[in-house]
Amino acid sequence: MAIELKMPALSPTMEEGTLAKWLVKEGDQIAPGDILAEIETDKATMEFEAIDEGTVGKILIDEGTENVAVGTVIAMLDGEGDEETPSAAPAPAAEMPAGEGKKVGQEPSEAEITKPAKAEPKKDPEIPHGTNMATVTVREALRDGMAEEMRRDERVFVMGEEVAEYQGAYKVTQGLLDEFGPKRVIDTPITEYGFAGIGAGAAMGGLRPIVEFMTFNFAMQAIDHIINSAAKTNYMSGGQMRCPIVFRGPNGAASRVGAQHSQNYGPWYASVPGLIVIAPYDSSDAKGLMKAAIRCEDPVVFLENELVYGRSFELPELDDHVLPIGKARIMREGSDVTIVSYSIGVGLALEAAEELAEEGIDAEVIDLRTLRPLDTATILESLAKTNRLVIAEEGWPTCSIASEVTTVCMEEGFDHLDAPVLRVCNEDVPLPYAANLEKLALIDTPRIVAAVKKVCYAE
Amino acid sequence: MAKPAQKRKTPAKKAPAKKKPSVAKQSAASEEFALHSLQDAHESSPKFDADVDQMLEFYEQMLLIRRFEEKAGQLYGLGLIGGFCHLYIGQEAVAIGLQSALNKEVDSVITGYRDHGHMLAYGIDPNVIMAELTGRQAGISKGKGGSMHMFSTEHKFYGGHGIVGAQVALGGGLALAHQYNEDGGLCLAYFGDGAANQGQVYETFNMAQLWNLPIVFVIENNGYAMGTAVKRSSAETEFHRRGTAFRIPGMDVNGMDVLEVRNAAEVAFKHVRDGKGPVLMELNTYRYRGHSMSDPAKYRTREEVQDVRDHKDPIEAIKKLLMENGKTEADLKAIDKAIRSRVAESADFAESSPEPDPSELYTDVLVEEY
Repeated sequence: MAIELKMPALSPTMEEGTLAKWLVKEGDQIAPGDILAEIETDKATMEFEAIDEGTVGKILIDEGTENVAVGTVIAMLDGEGDEETPSAAPAPAAEMPAGEGKKVGQEPSEAEITKPAKAEPKKDPEIPHGTNMATVTVREALRDGMAEEMRRDERVFVMGEEVAEYQGAYKVTQGLLDEFGPKRVIDTPITEYGFAGIGAGAAMGGLRPIVEFMTFNFAMQAIDHIINSAAKTNYMSGGQMRCPIVFRGPNGAASRVGAQHSQNYGPWYASVPGLIVIAPYDSSDAKGLMKAAIRCEDPVVFLENELVYGRSFELPELDDHVLPIGKARIMREGSDVTIVSYSIGVGLALEAAEELAEEGIDAEVIDLRTLRPLDTATILESLAKTNRLVIAEEGWPTCSIASEVTTVCMEEGFDHLDAPVLRVCNEDVPLPYAANLEKLALIDTPRIVAAVKKVCYAE
Repeated sequence: MAKPAQKRKTPAKKAPAKKKPSVAKQSAASEEFALHSLQDAHESSPKFDADVDQMLEFYEQMLLIRRFEEKAGQLYGLGLIGGFCHLYIGQEAVAIGLQSALNKEVDSVITGYRDHGHMLAYGIDPNVIMAELTGRQAGISKGKGGSMHMFSTEHKFYGGHGIVGAQVALGGGLALAHQYNEDGGLCLAYFGDGAANQGQVYETFNMAQLWNLPIVFVIENNGYAMGTAVKRSSAETEFHRRGTAFRIPGMDVNGMDVLEVRNAAEVAFKHVRDGKGPVLMELNTYRYRGHSMSDPAKYRTREEVQDVRDHKDPIEAIKKLLMENGKTEADLKAIDKAIRSRVAESADFAESSPEPDPSELYTDVLVEEY
């Protein structure tokens, strides 16, 4: 009885991968545990292991094929005639099997979130007219930003869990160890509180550390050093002692990783005087603001997003692409309503704007980019033009960036408001694991569209 | 006092423990792992061989701290100093003995909130320290830090930290910077017996030894974590053993004798400067006052305090030595008088200096403008 071997999902966010190499050929006898193929995800090269006995039948996907969707049948296995459920599993036992029922169990519930925005964003006025543009993933843009600053300034170094030999848990630091060596790309033990403190102390001692948290969820163990040591020292010392450090890593919900691994800390850090908080969306901002963050004399919390790492955007081909901290960016011009967002929410806001355009509503989309200091001028100017405002935030609603923007509009833009400001956030619950519940909990485009229609009195 | 500040006998060297069978465990790089070697070196000749001038200098420095702290206590009582104010009285020999052995050109120091003494040990102007205590513009942190948050980057003194144990990890970072810059310096990171139970201390021990950082961890064991005696808070009260699990050599030092402290410092600093990695020093000492000015210190008896004052006081000890070496009571009185007048001057300065300008409220939040 023939068994279908399917492209396995090898990480929570993987939707497709490259079939790098077949290690078996048609007609080979295989046993459970034999390695059948090497598969490249956006994070790593993984081995694909057999769990059934049999003979390799037809190979359906050639090696070297890119963008093979998870669940695609890549080969057939002629079994021994047993009637067991056909299946195949990826090498690490902990990974989810790519068997039947995958559509229900494994489809990333935020497939909508991860879908690249169709809308063509407005050009960043910071980038000179006529600059050549390359297409680069956010992941590469972040790495290139770090690497360029490491070449420029000997004091800059990276430390964190798996940043060196493993090449980054999310591959953001890929290649840095090879270029800069172990003195400047330092693998740490899993001790966030300790290494955040060591990083802050090194910054006080004159270095320029980039401290990677595997995700910001783990930075809660280190939040004391981020706030009490890094953010307050300049003030407490009367300007004597600086702490120029970048704390960076993925932030916000990933996919199906449960409540403890899915949280947006933007509002937490943005509430702290003494910190700079940056949360870029696209590749150009990721690189330009990363470089600015590393050069900054103040401590910076740099919030990335795992689901955006693999997305490709235009990146200006400039020798030194540095963007200003504290400036929002108008991603799409519009006249009827303003949608304010940041990080992954920007993609959703741009999608919503396209849908709204089809219904005759012309939305302006603002990417805050920096959460602290907040560029209130850009928000208020847009509000003065559109008179209606919605905030889209992938995070909880209570005491959020959305709450802050709402207050700014109320306090400083009240006379321009034609409708109450509305916020579209995640549901006010810990993020659930079940695919359907997670989907219900997270912000999405239809909710933004609905809120915009409401403030436009279009429903 | 939970543990008497006196010499203990060195534990007998044990035969190496039988290796436990373990899966894929690499054998230790060196079997000749001597956690006691520094202690042995120290105990072979525990007193620093100081000449009279050096002893006189130690005496003056310790007395300055004591008189300064007494004055600070008075000013607190008068309402001129607010908030928390942790005095260093009784512990003077620790800061003076250790810091006198530093290479001030390159070495860095970091401590917790009981930081006035460490500042004075650098010879920093008492005026700017006292003015910080009274919250004045002329204070070393412009009045924005207070008793717990004083810094002098000029002297490579990095504070002045209020979160118990945080300075240990930060000190690890300062040591990393010494190593990174190859400047030959070391970091002296002070913390108390209370902080010694914080998790991040052990995270730092691990990384410091793993990366061979030039750092001296100094536990100032004054017997009480605020009001909790060490035996009520610590499963292992021999704090110098706390680095054993990380293969960090420990030293058990009488922190009430400045010459013993200095001697131990020489041994420890040499080890670190020779590139052999971190050292953990336990300095057994005692604070005469409460944890802070608002602590009535009801958790110990008057007799206990008096006993230490009468028999182990570090200033009286060096005074006695000086007199044995030809100094007269009158010589030493004259020094005391000069110090009292210097401290009174700093108090006048701190009292008469203006408070920070209201506009200072918004300065120094960030370095750059955005």
